[in-house]
Amino acid sequence: MFSYSRRTLLKTGAAFAGASALGFPAIVRAQATRIKIGHLVPLTGFLGAIGSYAQLGVKLAAEEINQSGGIMGKQIDLISEDSVNPATASTKAQRMIEQDGAVVLLGEISSASSLTIMQVAERNKKVFFSTGARSDALRGKNCNRYSFHCDIPNTVMVNAVGTALNQKGMVKGKKFFTLTADYIFGHDLLKAAKTFFDANGATLAGDELIATDVTDFSPYLLKVRQAKPDVVCCNLAGNQVTNLVKQYAEFGFPYPLVGFNLNTGDAWAAGEGNLSGTWPTVWYHTLDNPASKAFVAAFTQKYGKPPENHAWIEYVTLKLLAQAINEIKSTESDALIAHFEKQTEFDIMKARKGYFRSWDHQLVQEAYPFTVKPKGEMKDKWDMLVLGDAVPVAAEPLEKIYPTKTQNPCEMKA
Amino acid sequence: MQFAFLLEQVVNGLVLGGYYLLIALGLSLIFSVGGVVNLAHGAFFALGAYVSVEITKYLGFGSAVVLSPIAVAMLGILFERYILRRFYTADPILSLLVTFGLAMVAEQAIRIIWGAPPISAAIPPALRGSVFLGDFLFSRYRLLILAVVIAVLVGVWLLLHKTSFGRVVRAGIQRPDMVAALGIRLQPYMTAIVMLGVGMAALAGAFFAPITIVQPAMGADIITVAFVVVVIGGLGSFWGVVIAALLVGVVRGITIHFEPAAGEASMYVLMFVVLLVRPRGLLGERIEKFE
Repeated sequence: MFSYSRRTLLKTGAAFAGASALGFPAIVRAQATRIKIGHLVPLTGFLGAIGSYAQLGVKLAAEEINQSGGIMGKQIDLISEDSVNPATASTKAQRMIEQDGAVVLLGEISSASSLTIMQVAERNKKVFFSTGARSDALRGKNCNRYSFHCDIPNTVMVNAVGTALNQKGMVKGKKFFTLTADYIFGHDLLKAAKTFFDANGATLAGDELIATDVTDFSPYLLKVRQAKPDVVCCNLAGNQVTNLVKQYAEFGFPYPLVGFNLNTGDAWAAGEGNLSGTWPTVWYHTLDNPASKAFVAAFTQKYGKPPENHAWIEYVTLKLLAQAINEIKSTESDALIAHFEKQTEFDIMKARKGYFRSWDHQLVQEAYPFTVKPKGEMKDKWDMLVLGDAVPVAAEPLEKIYPTKTQNPCEMKA
Repeated sequence: MQFAFLLEQVVNGLVLGGYYLLIALGLSLIFSVGGVVNLAHGAFFALGAYVSVEITKYLGFGSAVVLSPIAVAMLGILFERYILRRFYTADPILSLLVTFGLAMVAEQAIRIIWGAPPISAAIPPALRGSVFLGDFLFSRYRLLILAVVIAVLVGVWLLLHKTSFGRVVRAGIQRPDMVAALGIRLQPYMTAIVMLGVGMAALAGAFFAPITIVQPAMGADIITVAFVVVVIGGLGSFWGVVIAALLVGVVRGITIHFEPAAGEASMYVLMFVVLLVRPRGLLGERIEKFE
């Protein structure tokens, strides 16, 4: 009845299980002609959940641009794919430029993948807008002339939350325990957090580096309890954040949980009553300004749910890119770089306009700390955050919360 | 104090092992009786989670953890009757391809029905928080899961060892030809085993939805762990899978206590060592049809 050996069966089975762990690619291609734009974002893995929002945002922007006549009279052909992991991201970026003829690249959430795409962009002399990666190092020691950074860097997130925590007296003399994502982004965030703790009289009671595919945090939570900290601080990313928030609520520890990184997609997935504490965000769909409201309305009408912050950043980036190309009438990399390095200001759906800083290509903009809305006050299940005052405060220059040249040295080769 | 902390990790690891067990036991049973590695097993775990979140909205958490595994087990009947059954005697590569393909179809179907972003689920307020037993800290919710796992385990053991159904199944694992010679058709038994197996996976999904992220790829993530447990435990052995699941949980806890970065690698190292010393797995029986 059975003519094969168990060993063969086990080996083949292991190979398949391994293959399935790599994830199933989800490929989406837009059909059009002329101007090709390459878009990469993780749709699988621990950042896949927020990546799916990013893709919805960029697609909406492309549609709107095409409906209003395209770029320089040509329609956009958006080639959007799953970046999977740093190695695949780099291969796909190279292919998009070489074979598909993409004139510019945008996307990414993972700092590790963004770094490899930045290298491809530099090698091929094509501009890349890193929309969602937050590691300081990407704008600092790893920066290059062809890469622009749209999301707020780690230092800004730490400053945004830190300011709010300082006001509540939760920093000075307190013992922090941090849980950190074990890849470039987490390491970088921990470094920014340590700088903040040192500068503000807090101590680090312990830190755990946690692999990105961990779903069960119970052994780490036991270690948190053993350390008996004053505040627990989450430096995790993507699905990790949701899992930690859920399991932190499950164990019901008395130590307040705060975090230096959170995307609203992670918060929405956390489940009713599970999220608490103070966190940073770069944009939220309840921000009260006309551009933001119009975008939220268009997005909600098309997809039946409000946009997440990655949907916003992708939408804004493609829009400002289209606007720039229309103004300079060129897709040449040098012309684009020169245009953005003029520090032209853009409406990015916030009270203050943003601009790319010339020396490190960082999109300088406001950030917001937030706390969680009590259940009774929520209008719907998406309405769960209470935004604090924008940082920096209106009277101060935007660059105040960004790393300085000495903190984050960036040297661009011409 | 250090020792107490370590002991706490060991006990926590046992609880986690119980969760792995719910998924691995079904995988092992289907493998042992049908000779099929069900790579779609994770899909049933994911379905169990999604269906229970839906049911919770209308009927509450208590009903959801009962109804969701039943609903998924019914789906298991169709799965066995129309798909798996064709591959028991075929080349194993075919059943691997089919179940692997099915796992992809299921994941994509979940994306289409529920969307790619994760959906939200929470523990009922009454089950939140920790309890202290002496100096040990337990999550109240995980103690409930532990109780459910033990109940399921006792039930499955009794079913396999104290009923005529179980005798046929066990005979079918060892000597399917002899069972056939005695005039017993194994097919209905296989349907029941698949129902039981995927039902347990769905039960695990239902209980873990409130404490882990509910997203389309959750099944693909868990199948690897389940497979490792089955390989360590050995085929055809009920207790082998039980011991392996608990061992994987405990080894992970101890590793994280001493060397956190190695936590996720620990189970693969464990599998490597076990296969090196005992290729059959811890309690794997010598099964004629697989040799």
